[in-house]
Amino acid sequence: MEIFMRERIYHFALNHPIIVSLFSLLLIVAAAAGGKNLVFKSDYRVFFSEENPQLTAFESMQKVYSKSDNVAFVVSAKSGDLFTPEHLAAIHSLTESAWQIPYSNRVDSITNYQHTVAEEDDLIVEDLVLETEDLPNADMAKLKAVATKEPLLVNKIVSPDGSVTIVNVTVQLPGVNPVEELPEIMSKVYEVRDAFVSANPDLELRLSGMVVMNNTFAQSSQNDAMTLIPLMFAMVVLSMIFLLKTISGTLATVVIIITTIAATMGLAGWGGIFLTGATASVPTMVLTLAVADCVHILTTCFYEMRHGATKKNALETSLRINFGPIFLTSITTAIGFLSMNFSDSPPFRDLGNMVASGVMIAFVLSITLFPALLMLLPMKVKQREEGHSDKLDYLADFVISKRKVLLPSMAAVIIGLLLFVPQNELNDDFVKYFDTSVPFRQATDYMQDNLSGMTTMEISIDAGASSAINEPEFLHATEAFSEWLRQQPETDHVNTLTDTIKRLNKNMHGDDESYYRLPESRELSAQYLLLYEMSLPYGLDLNNQLNVDKSSLRIVGTFENITSNDQILLEERIYDWFDENAPQYQVHVASPSLMFAHIGKRNIESMLWGITLALILISALLGVALKSVRYGFISLLPNLAPAAMGFGLWYFIDGQVGLALSVVAGMTLGIVVDDTVHFLSKYRYAQTHRGKDPVEAVRYAFASVGRALWITTLVLVFGFMVLAQSSFKVNADMGLLTAITIFIALIVDFLFLPPLLMLLDKGSRNKQNSGANA
Amino acid sequence: MNLAMTSLSTLMATLLVATPLMAQTDAQAEKGLTISKESKARDEGWGDMQADMLMVLRNSQGEESIREIRLKSLEVDNDGDKSLSIFDKPLDVKGTAFLSFSHPVGADDQWLYLPALKRVKRIASRNKSGPFMGSEFSYEDLASFEIEKYTYKYIKDEACGDDTCFVVEQYPVDKYSGYTRRVVWIDQSEYRLQKAVFYDRKDALLKTLTYHDYQQYLDKYWRADLMKMVNHQTNKSTDLKWNNYQFKTGLSDSDFNKNTLKRAR
Repeated sequence: MEIFMRERIYHFALNHPIIVSLFSLLLIVAAAAGGKNLVFKSDYRVFFSEENPQLTAFESMQKVYSKSDNVAFVVSAKSGDLFTPEHLAAIHSLTESAWQIPYSNRVDSITNYQHTVAEEDDLIVEDLVLETEDLPNADMAKLKAVATKEPLLVNKIVSPDGSVTIVNVTVQLPGVNPVEELPEIMSKVYEVRDAFVSANPDLELRLSGMVVMNNTFAQSSQNDAMTLIPLMFAMVVLSMIFLLKTISGTLATVVIIITTIAATMGLAGWGGIFLTGATASVPTMVLTLAVADCVHILTTCFYEMRHGATKKNALETSLRINFGPIFLTSITTAIGFLSMNFSDSPPFRDLGNMVASGVMIAFVLSITLFPALLMLLPMKVKQREEGHSDKLDYLADFVISKRKVLLPSMAAVIIGLLLFVPQNELNDDFVKYFDTSVPFRQATDYMQDNLSGMTTMEISIDAGASSAINEPEFLHATEAFSEWLRQQPETDHVNTLTDTIKRLNKNMHGDDESYYRLPESRELSAQYLLLYEMSLPYGLDLNNQLNVDKSSLRIVGTFENITSNDQILLEERIYDWFDENAPQYQVHVASPSLMFAHIGKRNIESMLWGITLALILISALLGVALKSVRYGFISLLPNLAPAAMGFGLWYFIDGQVGLALSVVAGMTLGIVVDDTVHFLSKYRYAQTHRGKDPVEAVRYAFASVGRALWITTLVLVFGFMVLAQSSFKVNADMGLLTAITIFIALIVDFLFLPPLLMLLDKGSRNKQNSGANA
Repeated sequence: MNLAMTSLSTLMATLLVATPLMAQTDAQAEKGLTISKESKARDEGWGDMQADMLMVLRNSQGEESIREIRLKSLEVDNDGDKSLSIFDKPLDVKGTAFLSFSHPVGADDQWLYLPALKRVKRIASRNKSGPFMGSEFSYEDLASFEIEKYTYKYIKDEACGDDTCFVVEQYPVDKYSGYTRRVVWIDQSEYRLQKAVFYDRKDALLKTLTYHDYQQYLDKYWRADLMKMVNHQTNKSTDLKWNNYQFKTGLSDSDFNKNTLKRAR
């Protein structure tokens, strides 16, 4: 009955190709129309779910203080010294123009640094460079000394040698229309940059900061879309023409690929899914996976045609033989991708769902539109005498004759690679999400070399009562902590209010250096701050360091780029310091860096559930399809080994595992299963239907599916290798490891599975035989 | 020569095109100025004034913090007012006194007495755009209104509550102002400020100030009991609640003297 149903589907397609073509194109256009709703969400926060504890901690800290999304204009002098009247005037004007950037609410630079000096009983609070007209007469050495000795500035805003500085713009995105706000900021940023660069040929300007990074997510994906997807198409077209030697078949396949991608992306648009750095790789993946279905149908069809069948009959036979396997492999692939729903990171859930639906769309189209198109296109195949020996026969002979060597040596390789899996280091460094060809990465590396990195930690210390941050005990603890943090080897810079209070104390005592220390009473400190706050200009207030109640303050530590593990360890050390030295205060540590530091581990833990569930479902499906619990269990080994081996091999390639790779195991599971399905089903068919012994059954399996497996694996590996060329490391690593895993899967299926089958089935067959004999 | 010619012809062209436009702009500026002058004139002659001010600061999560200040002001003819603020809360700034002589143009003179240091300090700063005691009011927002501080442009009439308001744009003259402009709603019956909307240096909407519960003193001077400032960019807000308004209490120049600041109560 079921068979009857499915035959009706493709019979209809073969008999009414025009109707089927038009009807499916109509449906595809309707689905693809959803593409108009697709917008790119360019914000690092998309990688975190709303429940993510590190995101929640960071957001609540941002509500108490102020937001810290920034654009950093990194300025450096070609001459090596920024402290000349011309250069300072340029930085002054850059600072002024930076205020014009949409949503900016704070600009920090060396020129608008609020310098405090005492003159008798006067306290002067003024921009370090107030008026550019005064610069030619100003004492450059003195200005440089002030800037490079000020702990607030040095290593954060200005390099110790005065050659590199940043103009740091803090923006507060309203978040009402995230799709438009970011481009709005960036177009002004570029305008400011271009004006600065053309006016100041002696200065270099680079762009870094969280906002620029967010923008780079979108840019990288667009670049990928413009380079990788055409490259993929070229690869597919060339390899199909080369391997299958068919123009019409290639054309029909390209149509299937395009329509599948269009329908998948369109449905995502209807479903209200945002595009992100991760989901931008969907077209490449769907493209790769959709090819496999077409290749299987074409291979069998040509085989039949070479043996004299008409095109229609050949297609019919091909669809009858392939329907089951294609359906099964599509389902298992979809299940593998659906396991990504367990990911802690929403873009990967979207990625999984989109590819899963893409795979199913590809399946439907390849049994309807694909045969319909082939019916309409001219297709000729030279009849050819079969019987010439295929290269795969040699491989079969080799595997069979060397099985006693292959089994233990392959087992050794598997176990050997497995041992290296735990050697991989957990790391999510968002700066390194972009390769060194990306301007943001270059600017950030440059900033890190000369000033400080993008790894930050914001430490909020709660004094427990209103205005209690002024308590000497609290200030001393804060100072001690700040000093401790400064001494940590990873630390580049610590921004702490105690420096400001110490400086004010000095100012209030006629700039006497011996008063550069914390005041003795709460009242003094409170009154200094009152005085200071009244003298600050718009946007340079203390609201980013103090809450409104003055019951808690925020220290910002900036560190060189360190791995996620080291960040988590540093975070623990910070908590430990407070446990030991100031347990009376409540402390929270949060930052975007920490969010990324934790996401890899969180995601791996959540993905383990997804993978387990997918594995159970897939193995059950295989058991049903192979009609054998025993082979369902045997299939576990070749299905699980490739991902594990891939991760072991990864240690030698990169050695760092993060958010992107944590989904690879689940994702590849569904793909590598395909090979096992095809091989095992043919092996079983030979045993049960043709009564062959294990050795002959292996030879049969090689002969019948070896070539198709080889071609589809090649296409898949090429496809994911193209993805591996992405400048966005999340996608590149994902592509590379997937390609590796798929390739390993083929090796395992060719060199390990057959010897294993021959060994296991030899024993059982002997037992059966001896039982029968007795 | 060539350059001069070009700029001359550009100027001519600009004049030709812009003349009718400028006439309109002039009329708007004139009307804006007239309205503001009338508003200022109706509030003249109060002499001196005292009041208690309660500040309620809120962050975007609604957490509150309180400041209490006593304010004394002295009207000065042909110059900005003199004012003395005495801080009562938070307790650790109790007794701190802030004296300011505001001037229509240029930096104000400011002195602060710090009881913990037992010293009077003069604050030399052009900055008046920063937050006053961490609130959403800047010093600029709280200083006395002087005609010379702005240029004006009348926009339109608009209903406000039961009244009709003049809507006037005011452009700060001081280049150290935190704003490009503020738009004020002045009611036509009494020329009182009902609302002010502030635009930051990039001309983006920054804050809205609304005046509530006006009371009339000495049958002439209107003062709002409550002023609410909302920052649209940060979602923080500050309420100013006024109490115990007293007029003509006999304050004189000697009460606004930096040498007697220490004894301010």
